[in-house]
Amino acid sequence: MTFKKDWWKYASAILLIYTVIAGFLMPVPRLPILNETIRNLYFHVPMWFGMMLLFFVSLNQAVQYLRTGNLNCDLRATEYINAGLTLGIAGLLTGSLWARYTWGAWWVFEDPKLNNSAVVMAEYFAFLILRSSIQDEKQRAKVSSVYNIFAAASIIPLLFILPRMSDSLHPGNGGNPGFNTYDLDSHMRMVFYPAVLAWIGMGFWIAQIMIRTKKLEIKLDDQIA
Amino acid sequence: MEYRHIKALFLKEAKTELREKYALNGILLYVFSTVLLIQLLIQKFNPLVWITLFWLVVLFASVNAVAKSFIQEGRARMLYLYQISSAENIILSKLLYNSLLLVTVSLLTYLGFSLFFGDVIIGRLYFLLILVLGSLSFAGSFTMVSAIAAKASGSGTLMSILSFPIVVPQLMLICKLSRRAMEGFSISLNYRELISLIAIDVIVFVVCFMLFPYLWRD
Repeated sequence: MTFKKDWWKYASAILLIYTVIAGFLMPVPRLPILNETIRNLYFHVPMWFGMMLLFFVSLNQAVQYLRTGNLNCDLRATEYINAGLTLGIAGLLTGSLWARYTWGAWWVFEDPKLNNSAVVMAEYFAFLILRSSIQDEKQRAKVSSVYNIFAAASIIPLLFILPRMSDSLHPGNGGNPGFNTYDLDSHMRMVFYPAVLAWIGMGFWIAQIMIRTKKLEIKLDDQIA
Repeated sequence: MEYRHIKALFLKEAKTELREKYALNGILLYVFSTVLLIQLLIQKFNPLVWITLFWLVVLFASVNAVAKSFIQEGRARMLYLYQISSAENIILSKLLYNSLLLVTVSLLTYLGFSLFFGDVIIGRLYFLLILVLGSLSFAGSFTMVSAIAAKASGSGTLMSILSFPIVVPQLMLICKLSRRAMEGFSISLNYRELISLIAIDVIVFVVCFMLFPYLWRD
């Protein structure tokens, strides 16, 4: 591990420690309903950001695979999705816990954002099931890359267009107090922005370790065979 | 991309469908028996439930109708098609045929629902427009997923788990629009949703057309 190449890993680890400490100890504005639970902004929201970014990188890798036919691209695409799903599940759990204490329920079916996130997760789990049902390496890479791109194209309206057409229970939507530019005070920004970088960095770090493990596994299999 | 090829391939689809009578009749019977089942289970329901049940029946009938589109083509026949035509022609003819099939299926379901449960739609023309646009988006998504599922083993289950998350955004828009049509609102009040639905149709077809050549080559 050289510092020049891996500085972002150190940075994200330090930022994450900072996020946890400052996130729980720094003062936060007292908004109605939210109160102290506003601290979830440092965990839940950046996790989703990280997940989205990982899915976009995976999409890019899938396109690269179709263009070049390099199996490493396919391997990367899958592991980025795995890492994204890890962050996604963490985001779902923190969000659910938060919802229990602010909305009074673990899951609220009336909220479009919740349902959309569930659909996105279902889509990427379907991707993993699709992969496991094909034996041939090249075939699997090709088919799953195509599904990855097709799924992403159908997710874009779901995540970026539809939620803006309907109200949500989420803070900042439908007149709820929230995290928009006027509510987010400078104290919170001092933690929120580092938290975003920290979680994104952590997501990519996890993905990189998974990719390297997979590559080693493949090498090992080749040696045995 | 050749018009002659597309026409021939389209006719081939239609002929196989008509020759293998179980396929088309199966879809019809499927719609009929589901409608009958709903009738037996709940006799009276409000128009909102009408819309929801209607789209659910159309959704499942569509999956079943399109699922066989690529799965029925064996390896040998795909190889043959590969030799005589190009991927663009094949996907275009399939999209065209499946669109037509699904528009027919949804129209028949509408007919069945009106016969059994009464026609609750006030803005009929508007509803028919949504019916056509919705069927088109289903046709695009399911054709592509059918091509994907045909490459994997266990295609039946795969077809539904792969396609349902993809059609959720479309289905949400369609249901919202149909509710408006049922209540008799003017189209101009919901042109934003309508344009989104048309945009989704275009996205699905374009992505289908672009990705299929990659998927197809073995």
